Amino acid sequence: MPDGAVASPASPASVPVLEVRDLKKHFPVRKGVLRAITGHVYAVDGVSFSIARGQTLGLVGESGCGKSTVARAVIRLIEPTSGEVRILGRDILALTKAEMRICRRQAQIIFQDPFSSLNPRMSAGEIVGEPLLVHQLGSSKERQERVAALFDRVGLRASQMNSLPHQFSGGQRQRIGIARALALDPQLIIGDEPVSALDVSIQAQVINLMMDLQEEKNLSYLFIAHDLAVVEHISHRVAVMYLGRIVEHAEKRALFASPLHPYTEALLAAVPIPNPRLKRQKRLVQGDVPSPINPPPGCHFHTRCLYATEQCKREVPPLLEVAPDHWAACHLRQPKADLHPAQANATVNPSSTRSSAPA
Amino acid sequence: MTPPTSDTPLDAIIGKDEFAAAASADSFDAELAKAGAHVTSRWGMALFLAKRYPLGGVGLAIVVIFVLVAVLAPYITTHDPLATNPAISLAAPSAAHPMGADFMGRDLFSRVVYGARTSLAVAFGATILGVFFGVLIGLASGYLGGWVDLATQRIIDMLQSLPTLILAMAMAAALGPSLTNTIIAIAIPKLPSIARVIRASTLSLREMPFVEAARAMGMSEMRIAMRHILPNTLAPLIVLATAGLGTAILVEASLSFLGLGVPEPHPSWGRMLSESAAEYVRTAPWLVIFPGVAITFAVFGTNLLGDALRDLLDPRQRTSN
Amino acid sequence: MNNVLETESADAPAKSAAAKTVLEVAGLKTYFFVRQGIVKAVDDMSFSLKAGEKLAIVGESGCGKSMTALSILRLVPDPPGRIVAGSVRLDGRDLLKLSEAEMRKVRGNHISMIFQEPMTSLNPVWSIGNQISEAVMLHQNVSRHEAFEKAVEMLQLVKIPEAARRAREYPHQLSGGMRQRAMTAMALACNPHVLLADEPTTALDVTIQAQILDLILELQERLGTAVVLITHDLGVVAETAQRVIVMYGGKKVEEAAVVELFEAPLHPYTQGLLAAVPHLAAMSGLAPARSRLKEIPGIVPALVNLPKGCTFAPRCAFASDVCRNEFPPYETKRPGHNVACWHSNQLDGVRHA
Repeated sequence: MPDGAVASPASPASVPVLEVRDLKKHFPVRKGVLRAITGHVYAVDGVSFSIARGQTLGLVGESGCGKSTVARAVIRLIEPTSGEVRILGRDILALTKAEMRICRRQAQIIFQDPFSSLNPRMSAGEIVGEPLLVHQLGSSKERQERVAALFDRVGLRASQMNSLPHQFSGGQRQRIGIARALALDPQLIIGDEPVSALDVSIQAQVINLMMDLQEEKNLSYLFIAHDLAVVEHISHRVAVMYLGRIVEHAEKRALFASPLHPYTEALLAAVPIPNPRLKRQKRLVQGDVPSPINPPPGCHFHTRCLYATEQCKREVPPLLEVAPDHWAACHLRQPKADLHPAQANATVNPSSTRSSAPA
Repeated sequence: MTPPTSDTPLDAIIGKDEFAAAASADSFDAELAKAGAHVTSRWGMALFLAKRYPLGGVGLAIVVIFVLVAVLAPYITTHDPLATNPAISLAAPSAAHPMGADFMGRDLFSRVVYGARTSLAVAFGATILGVFFGVLIGLASGYLGGWVDLATQRIIDMLQSLPTLILAMAMAAALGPSLTNTIIAIAIPKLPSIARVIRASTLSLREMPFVEAARAMGMSEMRIAMRHILPNTLAPLIVLATAGLGTAILVEASLSFLGLGVPEPHPSWGRMLSESAAEYVRTAPWLVIFPGVAITFAVFGTNLLGDALRDLLDPRQRTSN
Repeated sequence: MNNVLETESADAPAKSAAAKTVLEVAGLKTYFFVRQGIVKAVDDMSFSLKAGEKLAIVGESGCGKSMTALSILRLVPDPPGRIVAGSVRLDGRDLLKLSEAEMRKVRGNHISMIFQEPMTSLNPVWSIGNQISEAVMLHQNVSRHEAFEKAVEMLQLVKIPEAARRAREYPHQLSGGMRQRAMTAMALACNPHVLLADEPTTALDVTIQAQILDLILELQERLGTAVVLITHDLGVVAETAQRVIVMYGGKKVEEAAVVELFEAPLHPYTQGLLAAVPHLAAMSGLAPARSRLKEIPGIVPALVNLPKGCTFAPRCAFASDVCRNEFPPYETKRPGHNVACWHSNQLDGVRHA
C-alpha cells in the first residue's frame, strides 16, 4: 500500500496524519415514485493513500473522478460506504458523534468557491472565530486575540474583522477561509480546489501563503485540483484518479517526469504549457469520460486507452509498486515486465529535466 | 445561442469579483460613510434610509402613524366608540364629530380609531403566529428532508389549494367569531407561503459550502439550522411578512364584513362597512368613506414598506447567489 | 515525456503578412452606467486582425476582454451598457453604424462567437441539428432539408461520432466536450471570416480542452477563419495564438507576437502574470518546483473606481509619480510590439523564469 511515510525522510516512524484504506462511496440512484434504487454512482471505488506529517498529497483528476467525494469522505462530511480512514492513527469511522466532534479539530477543509464558502451574514471575524466558539476554546477576549492573530497571519488587516464577506475580494475571502481552517490548529487541511476559482495573480498569493503555513506549522495538505501545474508546485506526492480509482501514485518529480499510467501520460500531454516554443506532438487520448454510474468493466480507462488489450477489458488492474515508490494500476506496467522504455527511467532521476535556471 | 440581454445581471458580465467590490464598497457603505458620523445614531440611520428609499419612508410613516393611533386611541378620542346616542344618528361630520356619527349615533371618528386597534392587533397577531409556525415547518421540512418533508409538503399543498379568503371563512365559521379565532383563521392561510419560502431557502442553503464548513468544524445540526440557515432566510421572510400585514388587514376586513370576523364590541372597519354600505351609502356617505379610506391607507402603507424592504435587502443578498 | 514535445523556432507567421485585414477595431469604448457611477468596461481598445490570423486577448477577470467581444458583436446589454465611442470595421464596413436588422445579418454569418458555458448557450429544447440548421437558414437561402444536411456535415467536421444520429439529440444528452463541439459547429456553419471564442475551454476538463483547442485550430486552418481567442490561461495562449493582446482594467496594455511576449514582455503586468503562473517544470524545463511563485501584490481594481493614471500603478513595482498621474501612451517599442508603460525600458531583459 502506498505509504507517504516511507517517502519522506523527515518523519521515519511517526504515525501518518491521514491514512485511507480501500475507501468506497457509492451513491444510490433512485428513480420513480417509490424511489426504488435502480443503480449506483460509483463515485469512489476503492481508494488508498496516506499522508505524512508536513507533506502535501496532490490529488488530481478530471470531473467525475471522485476527488471531491474523497475530500469529504475523509473527514466524514459524507459517510463512506466502506473502507478505513485513520486520522493520526484513530479510525474515525468507528467514532461516535461526540468523539468525532473532537477529532474534527485535527482536520479542516478549505473550499473552492470563495463566494459561497462564507456565511454572508456573519462578519469575517465571527466566521474565523466560530470554530473556537463551537469548541469553547478560551474566553471571549482570548478568542478575539486569536482571530486577530489569524487575520494577521493570512495577510488580512485586523481592522477588517467586522466587515462582511461581500466587502472582500475573492482572494481575500479565500484567505478568510484559510484563517477559519487554521483556527483549531489542525494537523491536516484538505483543500478542495482552493485556488481554482481565483485569478492567476491571486492564485500565486494564496499558493504561497499555503506553502508558508505548511513550513511554519508542519501542516499536511490533501490538495485536490485539476490544474496540474499548481499541483506540481505545491505537492510532495501526487495521486491521479480516474472514475473513482487511483491509477497512479508517486513522488511528484517521478510522476511528472516519467508517468507510468497511460491516463497520466494523456493528462500531462493535454496541459497547455505557457511556453510558445514548445509544441505538442500529439494528443494521447480521445473521447469523453464514461459515466460513473456505468463504469466500463475491467480497467476503467480501457475505452480511451491507446494501449488497451483484451486483459484490460476484463480484469481490474491492481495498484502495484511498479518502480521504487512509484505505484501504477496498469496491466502493461508490471514490476517484472519491461514493456515500455519510460519505465526504465522510473528508477533513474531524469537529470535532463532538472537543469534549469533558478526562479 | 443566448447572448446576454438587458436582464443579465452585471456581475455575470463584468465578473463577480470586482462587481461585488464595486457594488458594495461604494453604494451602501460608501454613501453611509459620506453621510457622516451622525449616521451612527439610530435616528441618523433612519433618516439616511428614508432619504434613500423615499417611498419606503412614506410607507413606514403610514404604518407608524397607524400604530400610534391604535396605541394612543384613548388619548386622541373624545367619545366612547361604543356609546350610542340616537339624537345624533347619521349626523354629518362636524366639529364635535369630525367624521360624523353612524346610524346608532356612535361617533365614527372614535370607532375608526379603535378600529385601527382591532385591525392591527389581528394583522400583527396573525402575521407573528403565521411566521412562527411557518418558519418552524419550513425549516424542519427543508432541513430534515425525507418523509418529514414529503408529508409536510402534501399538507401544505392542500392548505394552499384553497383560496385564502375561503379558507379563512371556513376556519372562522368553524371556530366561531371572536378576536383570537379571527387571528387564528387568518394565520393559517399564511402558513403555506411562508413555509414554502423558508423551505426553498433552506434547501439551497443546506448545500452551501459554508454549511459544510460548519459541519466540518463539529457544529451540531440544530445549531447550524439556527445560526447559519435561518438568518439567511430572513430577507425574503421579512418581505413576505410585511406584505402579509396588508393582506391580513384586508382579510380581517372581509371577514368582519361578512360577519365572520371580529364581533361586537370590538369596532372593526370591515364590520362598519357592512353595517352601512348598502343602506346609507347615499344618505350618509361618510360612514363608508372613512372606514374604507382607513383600510386603503393601512394596506397601502404596508405594501410600500414591504417593497422598500425588498429593495433594501435583496441587492445585498445578490453577492451570495 | 520528452518525446511528446519538440522545440519550435519562433518563425514569424509569414503567410499572414500579406493577408488582408479582416477586422479593425479602433478606439472602442464600452461604458456601463450604473448607480455607483460609470464602469469603463472597455476603454479605448484598438487592434486589427488579418484573414486567417490567430489573436489571443488575455487578462484576468474583469479586464474587459469578454466585453470587447460582445461589443464587436453589439451584444452589450443596453441599458446599462453602451458603446460610447470607436469603430469596428469588418471587411471595411463599420458595424457600429449598422441598423439592428443589418447587424443580425452579420452575426452568425460573417462573425460568430462561441461562449464559455455550452450548456447555457445552447437552447435546451431544440435538438442541436435544428439549432445549427436554424443558423444556416437565417443566412443562406436553402431549404430546411438542405440546412439540416449541412448541420450534419458540420457535426462531422467537428468530429462528433455518429453525427447523423447525434444531430437529433438535445444538449443535455451530450457531454460538455460534445456541446462545445456542437457550438463550434454552429458558429462555423456559415463560414464566417472571424470567430470570437470567449473562454471556450475554461469549463472543460483538461483532456477535453486539448481536443477542443486542437479542433478549433484545425478548423481555423482548413476554413481560413480568423480567430480571436479570449482567455485567462497563458498556456492556452502559448499553444494557439500568433499574436497576443494583454488587457488590464479595461485597457490594452501590451500587444506582441506570442514568442516575444512570453520571452521579453515589456509591461510589468505581463511580466508579473508570466512569473505568477506555475509551470509544469518537468514539461517546460524551467524553474525547480517548491520555490515561491512570484506574486503580484494587491487586487484587481473595481472598474468603477479606477485610479487616475495607469490602472496598474497601485500594484506595480516600478510605479512612479508620472504613472499615477497619467495613463501612459501606447507606443511601439519594438517592431510589432506595442506597450503602454512609462517604464518599459526598465523591463527589457528582466524576465523571471
